[in-house]
Amino acid sequence: MGNGRKGRSGGARGRDAINRSDSDMASGISAGAAGGEPMIVIDGLTKQFGPFTAVDRIGFSVAKGEVLGFLGPNGAGKSTTMKMVTGFLAPSAGTARVCGHDIVASTLDAQRMIGYLPEGAPAYGDMTTRGFLTFIARVRRLSGTQADKAIDSAVEATELAGVLEQPIDTLSKGFRRRVGLAQAILHNPPVLIMDEPTDGLDPNQKFEVRKLIGRMAADKAIVISTHILEEVDAICTRALIIDRGRIVADGTPAELMSRSRYHNAVSLTLGGRTTVEAAEKLRSLAGIESIEVAPRGEETTFTLFPARAGEGDTLLVDAVARLAREENWQVRALYGEAGRLDEVFRRLTRSGAGGKEAA
Amino acid sequence: MNELLAIFRRELGGYFATPLAFIFIVIFLFTMGAFTFYLGAYYESDQADLTIFFNFHPWLYLFLIPAISMRLWAEERRSGSIELLLSLPVPLWAAVLGKFLAAWAFSGIALALTFPMWITVNYLGDPDNGVVLAGYLGSFFMAGGYLAIGSCLSAVTRNQVIAFVVSVAVSFLFTVSGLPIVTDFFASWAPQQVLSTIASFSFLTHFEAITRGVIDLRDIVYFVTLIATWLIACGIAVDMKKAG
Repeated sequence: MGNGRKGRSGGARGRDAINRSDSDMASGISAGAAGGEPMIVIDGLTKQFGPFTAVDRIGFSVAKGEVLGFLGPNGAGKSTTMKMVTGFLAPSAGTARVCGHDIVASTLDAQRMIGYLPEGAPAYGDMTTRGFLTFIARVRRLSGTQADKAIDSAVEATELAGVLEQPIDTLSKGFRRRVGLAQAILHNPPVLIMDEPTDGLDPNQKFEVRKLIGRMAADKAIVISTHILEEVDAICTRALIIDRGRIVADGTPAELMSRSRYHNAVSLTLGGRTTVEAAEKLRSLAGIESIEVAPRGEETTFTLFPARAGEGDTLLVDAVARLAREENWQVRALYGEAGRLDEVFRRLTRSGAGGKEAA
Repeated sequence: MNELLAIFRRELGGYFATPLAFIFIVIFLFTMGAFTFYLGAYYESDQADLTIFFNFHPWLYLFLIPAISMRLWAEERRSGSIELLLSLPVPLWAAVLGKFLAAWAFSGIALALTFPMWITVNYLGDPDNGVVLAGYLGSFFMAGGYLAIGSCLSAVTRNQVIAFVVSVAVSFLFTVSGLPIVTDFFASWAPQQVLSTIASFSFLTHFEAITRGVIDLRDIVYFVTLIATWLIACGIAVDMKKAG
C-alpha cells in the first residue's frame, strides 16, 4: 500500500519538472518577508480536478514568525492548497516543503511538522474531547506524562476544560472548532495551518483565538485562511490573495491597503444641514481630485480623494480641519484613511480583474 | 506500529461508544440462535455437534458484516474526518489495517459471545471439541474475508447505503461461487480449469472444509490471501481519492 503512494508521487514529480521554470518565477516574488528561515516553501503547486484547475502553479514561502493570511473568494483554491500542503491531497504538479521535508516524497516527515485544522474542524463525533485528544496524542507518538502535558496545555490554551468528558457530537459549533484547534496545536508543531480557524465562533471566542495565534506566532510559521478581512489586519503579518487558483496579491496588510483607492483619502463626517455648501467648499481645497458624499441620518460623510495618492495626506487633513473651524461646521469625525482591505479584495478577485492585477 | 495501535484502539472503542455494538451483538446472537434451533431444527437432528450452527454463519455474515464494514471509510468521508486522518502522520497501510483489525476484533467478540452454543452442545452430548474449535476458527477467518471486501467497497463511496448494498452483492458472489447458481453460468462454455478456479473462490467450499474439522493450510491461505488482496485494493482506493 505504501508503495502505491510512492509510485504516484514519482509521476507527479516528473510532471513537476516541466513546470519548474514557471514556478520559480512565481515563488521569487515572495521569499520570506519577515527575514526568518522559511519553514514552508511552496513551489509550482498545481491541482487539477479533471479539466478544472483549482490551484494553478502557486508558489510562496512562509518564514518562522510569520502569520500568513490566506484570502480569496470561495472556490479560489485556498482549501485545496492547504489540503495539498498537509498531504491530504496529492498535487497534480509541483510540491511543497515543510521544514525541509518534501510533502510528496516524504509525506509522513512533513506531516509530523504540521498542525492542521481542516475546514469545518472535523473530528470523531462519537468520542469525548479527552478521548479524541488522547487519540491524536497517540498517533503523534506522545505517550505517558508527555501526552498528558501536551493535552493539558492544549486544553488550557483553547479553554476546553469544561467539556473534556462530553462527546464531541454534543458540543456547540464554537467548542467543536476549539477541539479542532486543540488537536492542531497538541504536539506544539513548528508549522500551523488552519482553515478558517475563527469560523463559527462568537466575538469573544474570536478574540481569544486571535490572541492565542498571536502568542504562538513568534516561534512558528502560521498560515490561516479567512473570509474576515479585519482578522487579517488584526493578526496577520502578511496577506496573500488568491483568485481562481492564482496569487493576485502578496504583501503586508498595510501594503495591500495602500493599493486601495481609499489609501490616503480623508474622511469627514459633519452634523447639521450644511451638505451642499460644505461639499462646494471642500471641493475648492487644493489637491482634491474628487469627493464622495454619503448622507446617513442626521450626519453626512464626505470622502475626499487627493489628486496624487500617497502624498500630503496629513496636509490635507490639516487643511480640512482648518476649513471646518473657519466655517464653524459640526465635525463628528475627521481622519485620514489607511485604505480599505475589502475594497482591494473585491477589486482583485472580481472575475476578469484578477489576472491583470497579478503582482 | 504506534499509529496502527492508536487507530485500532480508537476504532474498536468507537463501536462501544454508541449503541451500535450492543445492537449488533444482540441481533447477531438472537438470529444465530433462532436459525440454529428453529430453521436448522437443531434438537431434531439429534447430533451432538455444531455443524448446523456453523452452516448458517456464511448467510448471516452476508448481511451483518457489511453492516459493520459499510461505515469504515464511507463515514469518514461523509463527516470529513478523513481529512484529519490522512493529514496525520499515519502510513496508509496502518490506517487501512488498523480499521480492518478493529472491525475484525469486533466481529470476533460477537462470535465469541456465541459460547453458550458450545456449552449447550457439551451439556447435551459429547462433541469433538477440536472440530468445534476448527469451526470457530474458520468462521472467524470467513468474517475477516467479508470484512475485507466491505472495507474496500466502503472506501470507494461516501454513501453508506451504497457501500452496504454493493458489499452484500460482492460478498454473495464470493459466497456462492462454488454453487450451481454461479457454476451453471460458466459450465456450458468455460473449460473445466476455469470452472474449478471460479469454484475455488467460494467461501462455502473453504469454510465447510474447515468446519469438518480438517484445518487445511490451503483453506487458511485462501482466506488470508483474500483478505490481503481486498485490503490492498482498499489502500489503493483510498490513495486514488487523494489524487482527486
